[in-house]
Amino acid sequence: MREQSPDVDAEYCVPVASVNDIVTARLQGRALAERLGFSPGEATLVATAISELARNIVQYAGHGDIVLRSTTNGTRRGVVVVARDRGPGIGDLKLAVRSGYSTSGGLGLGLPGVRRIVDDFQIVSNRQDGTTVTVTKWRI
Amino acid sequence: MGRAQLKSIMDTDTLRSPTSTTALLRELVEHLRQHRTELREEWARRITEAKVLTAMSDAEIFAEATSVYDNYVAALETGTFEALQTYSRNLSERIIPRGVETHEVVGIVLLLRDVLARSLFAKYQSDFQLLNRILDAYEPAANRIANTVAVGFVQERERIIREQQEAIRELSTPVLQVRERLLILPIIGVIDPQRARQLTEQLLRGIRANRARVVVIDITGVAAMDSHVANHLVQTVEASRLLGATVIVTGLSPEIAQTLVKIGVDLGKMNTVGDLQGGIEEAERLLGYKVVPFEAPAQISGLRDEQ
Amino acid sequence: MAVPILKQSQYLIATIQSALSDEDLLALQAALVEKVGKFRSRGVIVDVTALDVLDSFASRTLRDIAHIIRLRGAETVIVGVQPEVAFAMVQLGITLEKVPTALDLEEGLAYLDKKLQHARAEP
Repeated sequence: MREQSPDVDAEYCVPVASVNDIVTARLQGRALAERLGFSPGEATLVATAISELARNIVQYAGHGDIVLRSTTNGTRRGVVVVARDRGPGIGDLKLAVRSGYSTSGGLGLGLPGVRRIVDDFQIVSNRQDGTTVTVTKWRI
Repeated sequence: MGRAQLKSIMDTDTLRSPTSTTALLRELVEHLRQHRTELREEWARRITEAKVLTAMSDAEIFAEATSVYDNYVAALETGTFEALQTYSRNLSERIIPRGVETHEVVGIVLLLRDVLARSLFAKYQSDFQLLNRILDAYEPAANRIANTVAVGFVQERERIIREQQEAIRELSTPVLQVRERLLILPIIGVIDPQRARQLTEQLLRGIRANRARVVVIDITGVAAMDSHVANHLVQTVEASRLLGATVIVTGLSPEIAQTLVKIGVDLGKMNTVGDLQGGIEEAERLLGYKVVPFEAPAQISGLRDEQ
Repeated sequence: MAVPILKQSQYLIATIQSALSDEDLLALQAALVEKVGKFRSRGVIVDVTALDVLDSFASRTLRDIAHIIRLRGAETVIVGVQPEVAFAMVQLGITLEKVPTALDLEEGLAYLDKKLQHARAEP
């Protein structure tokens, strides 16, 4: 059998409150991706995206969660990462995710980069509720 | 009548005339298990008659038929279909390379459904009402089974096709090692994002495997260069550098140069040479090879190569 | 987890284990600076072969390390960036610009030798 059967739609919540939690979150993310049959390269992309999102949480909100979930659209499996915090929110969302070719684009949040390496990218952010970034990466 | 007596009457009644769906399914599963051998043979016979699964031998068909039958009955019994779906995908993984097609798989599952249904007709034909109740229990489950198996097959087929496409893409873009430490990547044709990503991955793996110090990327044959492709190119150059390789880009037309400048690339930083030949020479220079111009060997009179 | 740093004649070789925390990176920076001074090393190789992810923080810190080491008169080379990690980095727009990189330890040493124009003593 080529693939293992992971717990479908199992959810893993990694609280992020310090820089050490960044490592935990991305290791969990990589582990989930590998269980779902992602290639090492794809799993690295997932882990890197998580690293950036978790770092944003620590730097700008102090603490939050990284929620990891497997998902399927019928024919393919994927990983969903939800990075949420109750921080101050992002003022100019458009600017934050704008993908121009520039190494220092996006208000220093690394969001344009994350957007490039995932398949689906959604962000909700305001002063009252904080920020929630939801990204999905499908297995090839 | 006391409670205990009432209860015992109810229990016996249930045993004698099962009316709940669960009880009915249990009864028919029992029947299907008891008559497993003959029903399986009947099914295999009808498969051969219908001339499906021609890619497989009779012995193979019978072997697969056995496990399909057992999985079918197990799904009826448990009312859960995850195990069946997993089985279906595994089965598909085995038979798709043999050339089995979707209509064949759907066909044989429906044949099994019919064989079992007829067997139920035969058993319960004397009690029309009971037959109806049995079929009411059987049909939805049987249809769900057919659906599960078919969907599992199609999903597996799609996965295989995706893998094949990936393999084809990889084959169509060779990374060539022409000298020690020197790789050439000629990019030809249309580049979609998936292909661009694959090119980069292949090149990086190639740099590592061949311990390349210089890479010549030739884009003479690239059909169209928009900003996305240009970005991919720049990313490839940067990623190669992270692996310690210098990249020379050749075949840069003025239009492409313009696109690169437009997206903010400092062409002064990118190593570009007009054509592939020039790029290879530059690469050899960087690697420390001395390039000796080719001269025709002097004629040695009286000696000829007889070959 | 502390990063082991080996001295090989004029060079220091720091081999990073996987999953490096921010703290570990900063500790590495301090240790390298100290040892470069102590041994008067001319070159530093940071081997990231085992590093699972090279994110923006790691990249900045490595750049800082190279900068500080250079101020101390030594050259830094980063070696062993994995293909998948390199791919993720460029997608994210993370670069190690101005920091020399080489494929592996051997290439890194060759680079330093050439740069410093020293013949490498046979080990």
